[in-house]
Amino acid sequence: MRYEPLNLGRWVIWGAMALVFLVAPLVFSGGFALTMLIQMGTMIIFALSYNMLLGQGGMLSFGHAVYSGLGAFLSVHALNLIGKGAFTFPVTLLPLVGGLAGLAFGVLFGYVTTRRAGTTFALISLGIGEMVFACVLMFPGFFGGEAGVSTNRVVGQPFLGITYGPAIQVYYLVATWCFLSIVAMFALTQTPLGRMANAVRDNPERAEFVGYDTQKVRFLQLVLSSFFAGVAGALSCINFEIVSAENVSPIRSGGVLIATYIGGVPFFLGPILGAIIFIFFVVALSGFTKAWLLYLGLFFVTMVVYAPGGIASILLMQIPVIRARRLGELALPYALAAGAALVALAGLIGIVEMVYRLSEQGASTVLNVFGLSFDAQTTPPWIGFALVLAAGLVALRYASRLVGARWGAIQQDLLARRA
Amino acid sequence: MSANAIELRDVHKSFGKTKIINGVSLAIGKGERHAIIGPNGAGKSTLYNLISGRYPLSAGTILLNGEDITGLRPFEINRKGLSRSFQVTNIFHNMSVYENIRCSVLWAAGYRYSFWHRVGGLRDVAQRAEEVMEKIGLAGRRNVLAGTLTYAEQRALEIGITIAGGASVILLDEPTAGMSRSETARAIEQVRSVTEGKTLIMVEHDMGVVFGLADRISVLVYGEVIATGTQDEIQANAAVQEAYLGAVHKEIASA
Repeated sequence: MRYEPLNLGRWVIWGAMALVFLVAPLVFSGGFALTMLIQMGTMIIFALSYNMLLGQGGMLSFGHAVYSGLGAFLSVHALNLIGKGAFTFPVTLLPLVGGLAGLAFGVLFGYVTTRRAGTTFALISLGIGEMVFACVLMFPGFFGGEAGVSTNRVVGQPFLGITYGPAIQVYYLVATWCFLSIVAMFALTQTPLGRMANAVRDNPERAEFVGYDTQKVRFLQLVLSSFFAGVAGALSCINFEIVSAENVSPIRSGGVLIATYIGGVPFFLGPILGAIIFIFFVVALSGFTKAWLLYLGLFFVTMVVYAPGGIASILLMQIPVIRARRLGELALPYALAAGAALVALAGLIGIVEMVYRLSEQGASTVLNVFGLSFDAQTTPPWIGFALVLAAGLVALRYASRLVGARWGAIQQDLLARRA
Repeated sequence: MSANAIELRDVHKSFGKTKIINGVSLAIGKGERHAIIGPNGAGKSTLYNLISGRYPLSAGTILLNGEDITGLRPFEINRKGLSRSFQVTNIFHNMSVYENIRCSVLWAAGYRYSFWHRVGGLRDVAQRAEEVMEKIGLAGRRNVLAGTLTYAEQRALEIGITIAGGASVILLDEPTAGMSRSETARAIEQVRSVTEGKTLIMVEHDMGVVFGLADRISVLVYGEVIATGTQDEIQANAAVQEAYLGAVHKEIASA
């Protein structure tokens, strides 16, 4: 027997994560913050489950909301049956119902989609997404038509005073499931199936010649991923107390793709970051501006073009620099680049907001942005914001050159030291 | 039972109207080291792709240890104990050397599609992977990303992936392709040691490489085996001399 040292670092990371879940609602108190936190927790599970396909299995799915949405529908009916007293089942475990429903549909649809990889997989997943969305609207008896199916999460006898009436109780339910799901999905990456999913993603042909049926690897990976998608669906059902066609819609499928990609597909923690940012856009930003979807889209495109590894890759790239204690050299260039980006963003926001206001019929054309009041029907604000945008972009160009030069020099030093 | 390790019975393969393999019959005994040589375009790689299940046959039968494997898929054939390498390096570029080998050990070690074992805790798999890395001389490059290895190292890894699963029949497709003379000599020595006690079938473009390694040699020209025999027999065979050299001459003339 070989003595295996306790991996202290790993316990510290998991412990810190549990602590964050525990204290987050204390730090970000208030009803709105709690709403955001609950949705972030749900989205983290959903995005991580999506990355089991895209990041780990190389499967670009355009229909992942099918599994979370159908999981949510099964959960809402289960919750209503519990409410009617048809059977007793703790609401705490309702995500299991959603998960198993997601898993069952994963078996059904995955059998078709995972027969092929690559573009074919993507197209079939898109087709199934559209098909399920259409079916949900066609059978209002079960799916509730346009209005959806509503429910009441406060059912059954309170257990230790937990009724899930107050939002804070829902938060801790979501947090617990989110934490367990993160641990489980991380553990799955460390199994033979998880490793072979990577192998099939990178070189399906060779995987076949070392004994693996690539179809089956993809299929199992998708089935497991659908389970967690279903868990996320059930949690959103408990949180919103309503499930509608929107839950299975292609918009949701696109949303989880965007969230995952922004966070960083190549890294396990990427989707966690992506989910947090995505919910910030969807929930917080949408309260401030009607153009939030445009901002999200622009952000997504920027990431795809300039940082295909997502936020996670940008963060992880800093680790060697920090270890070499040379982050300080980059502080000024980073600050300049961030400042320039903010200036450009300010110009962009001004223009976008004016466009949106003008396109709105009957709305006042006078805007209040950045503490300034101006009329979008006059020329000066257009010129002003255009100049700000242009100045920001020019400054950003110089700043990013500076970042690039310093970055390159540090990388060369690090390489030389290693050699 | 003394069934042959590999037996090809009148194997044909056409792509459209083009006949690539034209009635190949070949029997290779257990533990034999067999080389298939022939000029470019003779169909050597195609023959491998047929045996390993990459392409379906147009006609004929292939037996592995006496069992019909015609029409089986690559992973099914691999599970029955046949493993192959590729002429163009075919490794998992984004994984470390160790992970490459580990992926190739997992199925044979019986872990299949398990999602309840922690791969890092599988002692038997780790031990086997270390053993293979030692054999192919890459133990010192354990954590290096496969894509960043030198060409000769990638070729060694290619062989490592092929033998890691412990298959009894090993097909190597030009293991020394693109290597220098000294690298070739080393690679051949490695091939000899890692295939100890196994059936080895090896495709080579260069006849000189296989002399001394192979027990028997088959000469493939235009999709047909024109001769099979020991090194001496092949060297003395007039038809081989003429057909093989003739084909080479034609190749040179057309180039």
